[in-house]
Amino acid sequence: MASSGDIREKLRKKRRALKETLKNRDEDDVQALVPSTKMSKGKLQTTIKEPETSEEDPGETLKRTFRTQRERKKRLLEQSSYQQHEEGGLEEISSVQHRSEDEESADQAGEKSAVLSRPPTGSLKGRSSKILHSPGSQHLDDLVTRRLQEKLNAARSKGESLQEQEAPLEPPSRLQGLRDRDTVTRFDREFDLDRARRHDDPLTLGPRIKFREAEKRTEKDLPTSEEAFNFFTFNFEPEPQDGAQKLGRKRHKQKKTVEVDQGEEGEEEGEEEAEDKEVVGEGEDNQDENENQDEEAPLVQDEGEDLFVIEQSSHDFLEMKKAEYVGYRQLVQRESELLFTPSFRTVPTSIKLPENMKPRYLEDEGLYVGERPPVSLTNENILENRILKMEEGKKWFGDDGRIMALPDPIKESSTRPPLFNMEDDLDPALQTVYRKAIKSKYANLYIAGAADPEGDYQLDVDVSGLIFSHHPLFSREHVLGARLAQLYDQYLTRQRNNLTGHLTDKLHGLRSALRNMLNIHGGQSLSQAMQRRISEYSLEVRNTRQLRDSEQEKDRTLLKNIVKMWKDMKALRDFQKYTNTPYKLYLRRENVDRATDEREYEEEILAEIVEWEAESEEDYQRKLAEYKEQLEEWKLWRRKQKAKKKKRKKKKKGQSQDDTEEEDEDREASESEGPVEEGPSKPEPPEKPELDSIEQQVREKASRIRRKPGESVLIPELSASGNITATELCPRAETARREDVTRHSLFTKILYNDKEVSRTDSRSLNTDFRVHFGQIFNLKIVNCPQSINLQVFEEIGSSCSLLAQVFIPVPEPSVLAGNAPVEEFEFSSNQRVMFDHEGVGSDVPLSFEADGSDRQTLLTSGKLSCCVSWGVGDDDVPLAPHVLQQGKHSGLARFDPVTYIGASGLYDMKKIGEWATQSRLDPNDPKNAAIMQLLKVASSGEVTAPEYFRLEQLQEEFNFVTDEELERSKRFRLLRLRNQEVAEFRNYKCVPALEREVTDKVFQDYEKRLKEGEIIDTNEHLDSHRALVAKYLQKIRESVIHRFILAKHHYLLSDLVIEEEIPSIGILGLNLFKLAEPKRPLKPQRKERKKVTAQNLSDGDIKLLINILRAYDVPVRRPQINILGQTSQGAIQGSDWLCNQVQVRPFVEVSFQRTVLQTTTADGPNPCWNEELQLPFSAPNGDYSAASLQSVKDEVFINIFDEMVYETGVNDKDKGKSIHSRVEKHWLGSVKIPFSTIYSQSRIDGTFKVNTPAVLLGYSKERSHGPTSGYDILRGLSDGAFITLFITIEPQLVPGETIREKFDSQEDERLLQASEKFEREAAQGYPDRPCITTIIDLNGKTVFITRYIRPLNPPQELLDEFPNNPQEATALVARFVSLIPSLPDRVSFSGVCDLWSTCDQFLTLLAGDEEEHAVLLCNYFLSMGKKAWLIIGTAIPEGPTAYVLTYEQSRYLIWNPSSGQFYGQYDTFCPLQTVGCLVNADNVWFNIQEYTSPMTMSFDIAKAQLWKPFFSRSFSHPGLSSVQPEELVYRRTVRAAAVELQDRIEKILKERIMEWRPRHPTRWNRYCTTTLKQFLPKLELRGGRDVAEGHRHELQSLLGDNKITGFPLNLPFSEIRPIVEAVYSTGVHNVHASNVEFALAVYVHPYPNNVLSVWVYLASMMRT
Amino acid sequence: MAASNPTVFLLTVNGQIEGANFPEYDNLYCKYCFVYGHDWAPTSGLEEGITQITCKGSQSSNKLIWNFPLETTFKSTNPSGWPQLVVSVYGPDVFGNDVVRGYGATHIPFTPGQHSKTIPMFVPEPTWRLQKFTSWLLGRRPEYTDPKAVAQGEGREVTRVRSQGFVNVSFHIMTKDMKKLGYDTGPSSPANTQSVTSGWSTEDQ
Repeated sequence: MASSGDIREKLRKKRRALKETLKNRDEDDVQALVPSTKMSKGKLQTTIKEPETSEEDPGETLKRTFRTQRERKKRLLEQSSYQQHEEGGLEEISSVQHRSEDEESADQAGEKSAVLSRPPTGSLKGRSSKILHSPGSQHLDDLVTRRLQEKLNAARSKGESLQEQEAPLEPPSRLQGLRDRDTVTRFDREFDLDRARRHDDPLTLGPRIKFREAEKRTEKDLPTSEEAFNFFTFNFEPEPQDGAQKLGRKRHKQKKTVEVDQGEEGEEEGEEEAEDKEVVGEGEDNQDENENQDEEAPLVQDEGEDLFVIEQSSHDFLEMKKAEYVGYRQLVQRESELLFTPSFRTVPTSIKLPENMKPRYLEDEGLYVGERPPVSLTNENILENRILKMEEGKKWFGDDGRIMALPDPIKESSTRPPLFNMEDDLDPALQTVYRKAIKSKYANLYIAGAADPEGDYQLDVDVSGLIFSHHPLFSREHVLGARLAQLYDQYLTRQRNNLTGHLTDKLHGLRSALRNMLNIHGGQSLSQAMQRRISEYSLEVRNTRQLRDSEQEKDRTLLKNIVKMWKDMKALRDFQKYTNTPYKLYLRRENVDRATDEREYEEEILAEIVEWEAESEEDYQRKLAEYKEQLEEWKLWRRKQKAKKKKRKKKKKGQSQDDTEEEDEDREASESEGPVEEGPSKPEPPEKPELDSIEQQVREKASRIRRKPGESVLIPELSASGNITATELCPRAETARREDVTRHSLFTKILYNDKEVSRTDSRSLNTDFRVHFGQIFNLKIVNCPQSINLQVFEEIGSSCSLLAQVFIPVPEPSVLAGNAPVEEFEFSSNQRVMFDHEGVGSDVPLSFEADGSDRQTLLTSGKLSCCVSWGVGDDDVPLAPHVLQQGKHSGLARFDPVTYIGASGLYDMKKIGEWATQSRLDPNDPKNAAIMQLLKVASSGEVTAPEYFRLEQLQEEFNFVTDEELERSKRFRLLRLRNQEVAEFRNYKCVPALEREVTDKVFQDYEKRLKEGEIIDTNEHLDSHRALVAKYLQKIRESVIHRFILAKHHYLLSDLVIEEEIPSIGILGLNLFKLAEPKRPLKPQRKERKKVTAQNLSDGDIKLLINILRAYDVPVRRPQINILGQTSQGAIQGSDWLCNQVQVRPFVEVSFQRTVLQTTTADGPNPCWNEELQLPFSAPNGDYSAASLQSVKDEVFINIFDEMVYETGVNDKDKGKSIHSRVEKHWLGSVKIPFSTIYSQSRIDGTFKVNTPAVLLGYSKERSHGPTSGYDILRGLSDGAFITLFITIEPQLVPGETIREKFDSQEDERLLQASEKFEREAAQGYPDRPCITTIIDLNGKTVFITRYIRPLNPPQELLDEFPNNPQEATALVARFVSLIPSLPDRVSFSGVCDLWSTCDQFLTLLAGDEEEHAVLLCNYFLSMGKKAWLIIGTAIPEGPTAYVLTYEQSRYLIWNPSSGQFYGQYDTFCPLQTVGCLVNADNVWFNIQEYTSPMTMSFDIAKAQLWKPFFSRSFSHPGLSSVQPEELVYRRTVRAAAVELQDRIEKILKERIMEWRPRHPTRWNRYCTTTLKQFLPKLELRGGRDVAEGHRHELQSLLGDNKITGFPLNLPFSEIRPIVEAVYSTGVHNVHASNVEFALAVYVHPYPNNVLSVWVYLASMMRT
Repeated sequence: MAASNPTVFLLTVNGQIEGANFPEYDNLYCKYCFVYGHDWAPTSGLEEGITQITCKGSQSSNKLIWNFPLETTFKSTNPSGWPQLVVSVYGPDVFGNDVVRGYGATHIPFTPGQHSKTIPMFVPEPTWRLQKFTSWLLGRRPEYTDPKAVAQGEGREVTRVRSQGFVNVSFHIMTKDMKKLGYDTGPSSPANTQSVTSGWSTEDQ
């Protein structure tokens, strides 16, 4: 035995070595493992370390637990010691402990105090003595053990100090590495040991043996882990060197016990550690690093414990038990009951199959069996054995006695979804396992013996060159030349074959033979055989002659073609005046002897004639015979028929008379049908051949196909000796072509088995389009040749492109380098190439005819001449493989049809079939299904491929329900309509789940709408024309909406993603500036609010905020005196009256969606309210989507009323002062703003002109008495009251998006791009100025805006009205335009998509946006000779709109086309706020001035620094034609229709007013009505301008003392609804006085083209 | 209600947004909402919700735990437009700006029973690099105008996104009357569904 020091040393070494390896291993592992494992492990370690670092308390607890455990053990020992054996094995004790531990775990250490009080050293001694001896000899043992103990301690501390020394030597990284070690398996430690051992130096042989022993023990199922632990951790005490000899024996035994004891200790520790180890994983190795904490401290404490604990117990007994040794054999036997080791041996098939069954191989029976996944035979055997052990194991086996297996499921491409490795708990089963690649059997096809050095095979590929039969760079002459060459080649081939000659000779021979035959037997009767021979001969002669004729014909046409081609070519050369090709055709004339020639010719013809005659005669005879036969047949049949008929007739006679007629008919029918049905028709006799015509025919034919007698024989000779015109003399296009040719160069790649092995040099293309490579490549091959492929590449400059590829068959082994002929392989490419020079291109139609007919399309094509052969070695040994020699088809060609038959052969069914049979294709393999099908079709011939192609042949099977059912079902219909986004169903919620729950009601609206398409609702429209128009509009609307819906499904990035714009420096600066802003500015400004998308809104959420600030120039009451007719005094009383009279007490009433709110009452003509009114808004159908909101047609009416308080009388009761007063409100004027405008503008802020009625009874328009000099007209124009408003919606809604769909256009692309650029630049530079250059017309096409401007004639009547006053006429025209009803596009088209209709469309539709009005007005003005422009700008309240600018009398006027009013440039009340651009027929100018307001800017478009023109010098006006018609045609409006309409409106209004006053009787004053009616035409005549004075007087005089309030309303006519709304909003009906009477007069004034002006005069009267 | 002839079927979603895995970010919260078709109506429970802000614990690796309960019942007549859960995760960036950290959506499972889903999350990318920088600087990352956009396929082709983290959601699904209306989504073991539906229907009757 080696000394313990040695052992320790060795152990240490070993440990180190082990660590090293472990470390290395771990690093490897760490690399290989998923990083997450590392992390978690580190964490685990820290958690476990915690108790160790906080030494004190855990140490204490540990100590305690140790103690208790030890005590327990002690007791055990005491008990067992009595039955102890001397040779008590290690294993036994440990096993005892193991067993008892669990039982005792419940016990508590009762004698704890006693244990503690004992001297520590006693433990060992006590225990050992009890083990060894009787208790009597305790003392001696005590001594010995104490000494031993001391030594042990010393040795231990020594060892530790050694380890301490050792520790710092170790690199810190080791710790890391060890920590990161894999924790899972403790078993692989053994593996590690093995590895470590391998690296061991021979010095450590001893321990190795020990390890072996330990291993052996492990194998014997011993509790080895503890042992092993001891082995590693403990420093074994060396044998006491000074020990007395007498103790030798004892010591020996004692040592054993010490070992045992230590074993126990170690075990305890081991157990302790094991717990740690389970997690920590480092086990013993780790202790080295954690020396002080891990090892020393606990050990010392243990030591102390030992000293304290064990010695003192007087009942220190050990329970001793006989070792239960189970022999190996016994163990094996026992195990064999439980365990089963499958054998490696192959299982005989008979076991695997049911009894008396023979294995059945499906493959042999022709069924397709997939390829089984590769499993090694051993594994398969093991598996089979294992399975067979199971019950019913046989069901795992197939009929063939093998385990059932699916075909190899491994696919070539990865189909597994990627794994998310975010946790460390990746299933180990899912971890990637590396497996060596398996070579497929295709790749394995090495030529046998190729690996041997002598067996090198060589394939010589000779690429000699290529010739283009067509190339894109061919000039036309080249094309012809190529054709000529081709024809000539053909000619030469024919000549060489000389078929005609052969046939002629044969014919002569046959003829002479026949003649001989006839001569010999001339006159004699011919035998049967002879006759047959003759007929055979003559048949032969006939066939040969026909063949010869066709050949001759071919020869002749060929010759003709050659000549023609040559002529063409010459003509072309003449035409283009240069020559490109060197071709020259000589026609050699060979004169013939005319006489002989003629004779031969005649002879020939005669012979032919004779033969023909004979043949035709024969033919005739045969036919005649046939005819006779048929005739016989027919006659026979006829006779039969007749007999039948007779029989029938007889029968008939027996029948009743009634039937006869029918029968007759029947009979006739049967007669007529009979022969047709059954019998053959009567044959026609054949015609006798005309012998005369035969000669003629023969001669004709001869002249066609044969040379004329005496004509010289023409022999064409083509030579390439001609001169090519020098490049300098050619025209430019040709020069370009030639240059291009020189730029082209070609090379060929050689691909062997689809791998490029070599390539030729690049050769430039010659002018004759031939490329010579002349290179031979020797390929040393290892793999079986499967394909040889030559790829022709064309190189132009640095780019190269694949032109064509040629597959070359693998040569037979007999084809050797010397004897292989050079073959030509044709190739072609379908690449399309076009040139702008003389090159004809490829795949481009080309014609040589002058008229462009006879077009041909030529493709690049050519021939590659090359040769592939097997090489020949130095000693003339062919370097061809033997495999091929054995049979080419056996190996390589089996799997690849292309190799076998070549690419072109793929179209050859026969070849494919051949290949299929030779390669023994498995017909049942689904992979081959297609080819099998093809072969089947091809071989049988009967089975034709279907002639139709069905795209979805399984469609029917996949149909959800049948179409009829789909139609019928109401539910499906509902779903479909919703899916189509039909307006009624677009947001239909909860389609019922069941058919029966869908009521018809759902569809009512929809169907009604569909029906309405046909029926015109005259009630609603009052006018058939308008109804038609409305319908037309509806149709356009639908189509636009449809497009809109489609466009809604196109998304831009900005629709989906909010992304901050990159702030420019300016914005950044502004933001910085903002920081310095006061937090609470003195003058607060309105800020943008957050916009709300309309999705989460419901009724009541949206409010309309109307802030009414102030009004100007409200009409004031006319003093009562005036009523009394004292007008003349008005002026005098004026000032007086002004002072003490209440002028007016106006208030504002806002009505929207029939909600009415009003402000407080203010005083005076310039009141200031400053009030905010909130009106609720509810969307139609509760649909708050943007599209729905846009189409809200409701308008906000802002009415100004005057509040009048009448004292009705003082109630004198009780002498009190209760005064009854009656409040009346008188309408003064109104402003109406459509909701759609508010919605799209999101806020409306400004001063608006109040629409005051032309006549306001009882009121006068008081002027603010400012300076009225200066521009009189201008001031006069801005007459009327004004009101300042601020309107917005709360919360702010996001206005609908415009359609950005790019509409198709007929405009020039360049123009469109320019306009896009123009608009973009405008938007960048001046974001608030609208700029329009292109617009969308009614057809949805983009049109340039200037096309809309064109002088158009206004209705002549209007011009005739004021022939002398152009200003009046202008006003009238403007009025006419303004009378056309306005209908915002966004209302009618439910999205902001601005459609511009042309003027004629506009006049037909009689509805349009501001743009249409403006365009029409502008066009009228232009035709009236004014300078007019269209202004694109923004105005209040419309927002972006179009106005008209005119230049008259050196000042600019701005016209509002929808009101017909005009403003001067400097008018403060001009609604136009911003001028974006000006448009006329020639150009568009964008405003690049500093200001946008018309007042502060210049309209001089000539100034380039103020106006940026679209068409400038750089991009001139391309002369765009107008989209407007030449002239507008107006229809005269029928007066009668207007009158009728007038009556109807009146009636409807009266009814409505009465409806609105349900609790009061409504009396109509007829007298007043008629009076009012008379005024209305006058008002119209004046264009609605002030006629008040005279009118009022007149009225007053008529009505006497009635107090009358009222006013005329003027509206353009579109529908009845707006009129009713307008009347309602005035609130005239709200007078509730009992004695009130009403007067209502309606007047409709017709303008041309059905434009109607509607006047409604409404008045209420009270008798005073 | 005539249970024998149902006209609607019900889908109850219980579950929770358990947490997320965003290795790079911390202090995140999550918003969820349901997106469903026209034929669906929530009958009880919250359609939208917002979780607390969670920061990563020192122990639990990378996980952010919200454990935010989902409890919603839908009623429907038509399986088309089956509800989808849309989650969007937000959190502060380096400068403390609240930015979006991910959008994701998943269909509510069809089959009754317990499901757990891991929703991969993504965020829209800035359109170009400078934008990326400024958006990072200003804390205004591109966001979807409507988080619900991630539940529909339409228009997504115009966006570019970057994937970012995962959200784990667990669902407990119950359905009622689906089978009676002819929609069989149940798992292969009929006993399971039977018990769920029958339990409910007895309670209903």
